[in-house]
Amino acid sequence: MMVPEALALSAVLFTIGVIGVLTRRNAIVIFMCVELMLNAVNLSFVAFSRLYGATGQVFVVFVMTVAAAEAAVGLAIIISIFRHRQTVDLKNINILKG
Amino acid sequence: MDINLTRSFDLSVPMQLSTALLPDLLLFAGAMVLMLYAAGRPESEATQRKVGMGALGLCIAILVAVVVVAAQGWSSGPGVIAVDSFRWSSNVVFLIGAIITIALSMDYNAREGIVVPEAHVLVVFATGGMMLMAAARDLMVLFLGIELMSIAVYVLAGLNRRSNRSAEAALKYFLLGAFSTGFLLYGIALVYGATGSTNLATIGERVVSMNLQASPMLLVGVALLLVGFAFKVAAAPFHMWAPDVYEGAPTPITGYMAAAVKAAAFAAFLRVWLEAFSGVYPQWHRAIWWLAAITMVVGNLIALQQRNIKRMLAYSSIGHTGFILVALAAGTSQAATAFIFYLLAYTLATMGAFAVMVALGTAGQPRETIEDYNGLWQERPGLAVAMAVFMLALLGFPIFGGMGFLAKWYVLQAALQAPAPQTRLAVILVIASSISAGYYLALVIAMFMKPRPAGAAAFPPLGGMARAVIVGSVAILLFFGAWPEPLVRLVQRNSMLGAPPGAPAAPAAQTAATR
Repeated sequence: MMVPEALALSAVLFTIGVIGVLTRRNAIVIFMCVELMLNAVNLSFVAFSRLYGATGQVFVVFVMTVAAAEAAVGLAIIISIFRHRQTVDLKNINILKG
Repeated sequence: MDINLTRSFDLSVPMQLSTALLPDLLLFAGAMVLMLYAAGRPESEATQRKVGMGALGLCIAILVAVVVVAAQGWSSGPGVIAVDSFRWSSNVVFLIGAIITIALSMDYNAREGIVVPEAHVLVVFATGGMMLMAAARDLMVLFLGIELMSIAVYVLAGLNRRSNRSAEAALKYFLLGAFSTGFLLYGIALVYGATGSTNLATIGERVVSMNLQASPMLLVGVALLLVGFAFKVAAAPFHMWAPDVYEGAPTPITGYMAAAVKAAAFAAFLRVWLEAFSGVYPQWHRAIWWLAAITMVVGNLIALQQRNIKRMLAYSSIGHTGFILVALAAGTSQAATAFIFYLLAYTLATMGAFAVMVALGTAGQPRETIEDYNGLWQERPGLAVAMAVFMLALLGFPIFGGMGFLAKWYVLQAALQAPAPQTRLAVILVIASSISAGYYLALVIAMFMKPRPAGAAAFPPLGGMARAVIVGSVAILLFFGAWPEPLVRLVQRNSMLGAPPGAPAAPAAQTAATR
């Protein structure tokens, strides 16, 4: 049923997402990497639901809905920071520290 | 309170499920009505205040409803939500946090020129998410609750669109929050994969009945969930975002994040760990132990160096995360009681301190450093005394700190009386508390013993809402500090959890797993 393969692919995609978040400095790219992590998890849920029934697939629907809401809020926040700084590069976003 | 209609719900019947969710459903219905009302009005200060009053009234009504429901002693069969006193008492903590936040926001928003009326509705929605988190007995409900809360709070952190700092705080909170959600979700997926269920009780049973204590998939899942929760409660070393976000966000919202959001994350954390993972207690205990120890030490040491009070309180809240984690490491139902008492004391003291900050700041002059508080006693004795009570409560000082002292006392007691006593952790807790005296008392000394600098601008007049919040918080802290028994008894009634971890319940295994 290809479940182990799907789980391995999901783990690889999740790791790529994590590495992307930790190494990239552009807010949009970081956000895309977070989305990659969430979708990697969705793949796992779908794979597990072949073993255990529909719960995993229901979970995926919820995750996609939540990710859409999160994207709306996240992009709005990125736009508001762009209006202040004319950049979304995290290197330049550092007035709060101490 | 003698009317005890003990009623057990069958959560597979939709009507009974909605009755068990009544306070939450009423809150959401009210929030949607307010949202529609706000959407149809022009953005103005008057609308903002009207919607604020509506949200305030709604939260107070729901608080009354929750207290009434809690007095009924309801219980439930297995299902996606829990009906127990742990849920109701955490709801009381969240609602108190929301009420204080909305009350402070109305004046603060007017002062800072934030006219969007929806701000107050977002606080209500976030509170609804918290109530779902405290109720969740299924990882799916838990996830929805967390996201409902988090997405609303991302927006609240960036509420002040004119402020560069507020936008930066929102961006940082959003990116780190979404990142931690990824870990949390992957943890949920792996736990689901290992046990075949998302229901906490079923997971707890299957961990034992299917002998999953050494299953790598389950353990990796638990570890990822731990990372996700550690981000949400801001435990070191996953705390880096907290000081920046707390400093940049609008002050009432900072209080809300430091108190209610943290309390909600902890309520869910505690329930998941004790209900689902008590069978793997030996495996996670070490990790929580180190997390608690590092968080206590790091939070309190870095707080010593802060001159900005918002940042100081941020690091202090990280230190308190460590103290609460000690209760989690003990992992008994006594610890769950101590935990609720601690959250209530901590929420009142933290929100009270932020209320004083809101009351003393003005639009051009936020008054956020310790020097700004020099000589407060000479000009505003009432506010200085209130702030001193909040600081002493956070410190855990006897008598003058009210509930703060008892809160730490109960956590210590729970840690020492657990089946596996956490003696070393208790010692670290006491040492970390005495370190925290260094910065809490520094503020008290500045207020009472330093002279007011010549030519300093006068403090603004105290608003009615801020006065009510500050007086109310001080009164509750001192009252239950002197007379804690009724509160403790209320929390203990039909306690949340069954068997202590390490000794998983044998009968549970028999009903487990039809698969």
